Amino acid sequence: MTYITKPQLHHPTLARNRVGYTRRDYEGKISTLCAGCGHDSISAAIIQACWELDIEPHRVAKLSGIGCSSKTPDYFLGAAHGFNTVHGRMPSVLTGANLANRDLLYLGVSGDGDSASIGLGQFAHVMRRGVNMVYIVENNGVYGLTKGQFSATADRGSKSKKGVLNADSPVDLGGIALQLGATYVARSFSGDKAQLVPLIKGAIVHRGAAFLDVISPCVTFNNHAGSTRSYDYVREHNEAVSRIDFITPRAEITTEVAPGEAVDVEQHDGTVLRLRKLHADYDPCDRVAAMSHVQAMQARGEVVTGLLYVESDATDLHDALNTSLRPLNSLDEAALCPGEAVLARINASLR
Amino acid sequence: MKSIEAVNDFVIKFANVNGSGSASANELFAKAILRMGVPVSPRNIFPSNIQGLPTWYEVRVSERGYLGRRGGIDMMVAMNPQTWAQDVAEIEPGGYLFYDSTRPLPVESLRSDIHVIGMPLTAICSATYDDPRQRQLFKNIVYVGALSALLGIDLAEIRKLFSEQFRGKEKLLDSNLQALELGREFAREHLSAPIGLRVQRADAVGGQIFVDGNSAAALGCVYGGATVAAWYPLTPSSSVAEAFQMYCGRYRVDQATGRHGYAIVQAEDEIASIGIVVGAGWNGARAFTATSGPGVSLMTEIIGLAYFAEIPVTIVDVQRGGPSTGMPTRTQQADLSACAYASHGDTKHVLLLPEDPAECFEHAAAALDLADRLQTPVFVMSDLDIGMNQHLCAPLQWDDARRLDRGKVMSAEELEAGRDFGRYRDVDGDGIPWRTLPGTHPTKGSYFTRGTSRDAYARYSEAGPDYVVNVQRLLKKFATAATLVPQPLLRRAAQPTRLGVIYFGSTSAAANEALDTLAEADIHLDALRLRAFPFPQSVLQFIDEHDRVFVVEQNRDAQMRSMLVNELAVDPARLLPVLHYDGTPITARFITGAITRAVHEFAVKPRKRTKARAA
Repeated sequence: MTYITKPQLHHPTLARNRVGYTRRDYEGKISTLCAGCGHDSISAAIIQACWELDIEPHRVAKLSGIGCSSKTPDYFLGAAHGFNTVHGRMPSVLTGANLANRDLLYLGVSGDGDSASIGLGQFAHVMRRGVNMVYIVENNGVYGLTKGQFSATADRGSKSKKGVLNADSPVDLGGIALQLGATYVARSFSGDKAQLVPLIKGAIVHRGAAFLDVISPCVTFNNHAGSTRSYDYVREHNEAVSRIDFITPRAEITTEVAPGEAVDVEQHDGTVLRLRKLHADYDPCDRVAAMSHVQAMQARGEVVTGLLYVESDATDLHDALNTSLRPLNSLDEAALCPGEAVLARINASLR
Repeated sequence: MKSIEAVNDFVIKFANVNGSGSASANELFAKAILRMGVPVSPRNIFPSNIQGLPTWYEVRVSERGYLGRRGGIDMMVAMNPQTWAQDVAEIEPGGYLFYDSTRPLPVESLRSDIHVIGMPLTAICSATYDDPRQRQLFKNIVYVGALSALLGIDLAEIRKLFSEQFRGKEKLLDSNLQALELGREFAREHLSAPIGLRVQRADAVGGQIFVDGNSAAALGCVYGGATVAAWYPLTPSSSVAEAFQMYCGRYRVDQATGRHGYAIVQAEDEIASIGIVVGAGWNGARAFTATSGPGVSLMTEIIGLAYFAEIPVTIVDVQRGGPSTGMPTRTQQADLSACAYASHGDTKHVLLLPEDPAECFEHAAAALDLADRLQTPVFVMSDLDIGMNQHLCAPLQWDDARRLDRGKVMSAEELEAGRDFGRYRDVDGDGIPWRTLPGTHPTKGSYFTRGTSRDAYARYSEAGPDYVVNVQRLLKKFATAATLVPQPLLRRAAQPTRLGVIYFGSTSAAANEALDTLAEADIHLDALRLRAFPFPQSVLQFIDEHDRVFVVEQNRDAQMRSMLVNELAVDPARLLPVLHYDGTPITARFITGAITRAVHEFAVKPRKRTKARAA
């Protein structure tokens, strides 16, 4: 499909958001992934979420590692700078970019090979540090670009396209993120846009380390019977903990919910995430309870989705480092260089 | 028996046990001499260990200002029984041994050609102090006191140093002064003071400062405008990041808000460190990491990314003995090839080669400018000798009129005005493209950065011609780099000569001294001190002007010589390696000896000048 030039003409009646952009302004190049790839649905959900949140496309920085998932930042937000780094090291590069300019939105896109195998260390540490970002893993349980080897998130007992059973335990990135202090942890399914878009929007407005594990079936190498990452399997076992209503500060809260049916979580910018409970005893603001509930359901073979955990008063790495509110990349000589007189004093102290 | 007699020109070595508090006492000794106006260059020779293993502190005293290691020991302060035999053996004939004679040792049976000065330090301290820790710590001060009497070090200078060190801690000040006096008194009464080695007040220090290279490099990063630093603890580089943190705390905190004009991350490893600083460089912040050889090995993949994607980043490599864990607390210049060609594929990187802390400061600030200007990784190749030892050097200099060179960054206004932006286009003919920073303009100037090949507009391309054009432009950029880096410094011999010598970095002080000594023996060499890679044309000229050129360096494989041969297509036979790589800093005597032997060999077997070269 890559030889097709993407049409530039936009329909004049396309709706514009509050910053004057149509949905088309959030698109990128034409995807080179396989037709039906779950990753393209995630790109579409990112486009939808950014458009709905009135984010100026060029104020986003897209970073990725290596793999099918990591190619996708070329296919959305074409007006944003992107950085396809090296395998498994996107988290560190994103951390540095974020430190250089705190005013942009940092969107990290990775895959299960990128984040759960070679990059597991950096994945863990970026969560620990609370880097303010949206970190999406497009999780298909398989290496696509190298033609179908198991990845580290493949379930034990899951069958490969060639019929081999996976003997290793899976890495649960959501569970790791929860344990290591990520302040927004969600899981979703690329085939469930109604759930995915609000989850991405919630991650964007969240200030802190937001992680989304999105099951994204690989139509070419991991969509067969016996796989636990196929469209059919995930649809059958999808067990959502809640449904998000996304309420911006501008929108009035009109719908009433009965007490105990929903949890409202306010974010830094005033946005309220109203989580309608689908499991009566699930508390998304209790990290330890969330971890135990999710693990219990997973043990029963369910694919637990929804907003698993959120902390409303989260802090980020810039808070921890107490960095200047002016982006570090914009500080000039006056702010950076102590000057001759100070150096003369330093010299004097070294005699 | 002969006695070494010398005023303001000798080497004294302290053999201690690490963790015993000797380091600060020894530094006090060195600084007191410095305050008398006599240049000193102390060197710590320490183990990779916290407590209990041998450590040495070698102090060169040289009124003439020779600050490299000389070689040879005139006086040994032997405080470590573990290394006793080796320490005693190292003393020059006619030299002096100072030792703790609480338990008398049969020194005379070991050496009959040295002067032995025994002092019952342990006994004195046990009699004076009850607390075992005090006995241990004050023993060091007591021997400094004794030495000050033996060598004629001015008591007033030590007192002054104490009062600076213990300002506001009167109790400590008094007890230290008391210990010092204890040592002096004993020396005056029981030892034959003074001895043949003496310190005399002079005026040879002037405005010079006394600082370690890592602190100076960190200050260079502050002055050079670095805002993001990421690092992983690794000897001998850790104190670069720690000093940066300290200086930023002093000079980069906004008075009004208390907020920091810097961000320092102690990363989980060197891979993350380089990733963080590359991310910051991509996003327009000046960023650096400090590491050593093992860290460079780990960083190599991302260094290649930064080279190919053209991202500014500064790497301070404080070299130690390699390969592998190697000699973690010993010095070498052995990361040259690893850094110059770090990464798979065809890569070349800019290296700066500071000779001392003053240049660590200068080069660190210059590296940040060069990285932005050239949009590529720039290494500051310090080493353990420069980095972790205090050196007497020129005061650090800064000009308030100096502006940070941010390089070719296209602004929103330029993009708005319709200026064509192709991330990898060579519009100025110097191989350096223009870049934009993320978030600059709503519709223009965005691009996708990648480690894969691409065309001049940053579009993915595996087309051969696109690839070739791009990597040729990178070569052109590297040639531009040769004109921007610190240029080599030429030192002409007193008379015309066909012999040359090339050296760089921490070898320089010893090499300069060796050149003086050789000249006195009528061996004359023109000298070129390299200060950077890639090599400017002047390096090839220098080699061409001489029949034979010695290349002095501190590694086994003559790495710099290989780089000269490869990059400049020089006949290898004309570059003669002088190599020192046992982990101790190279000495003037070693260089003098190696060159003298080689020159005498030429005299015996004169090398025929080849006609081919003349043609």
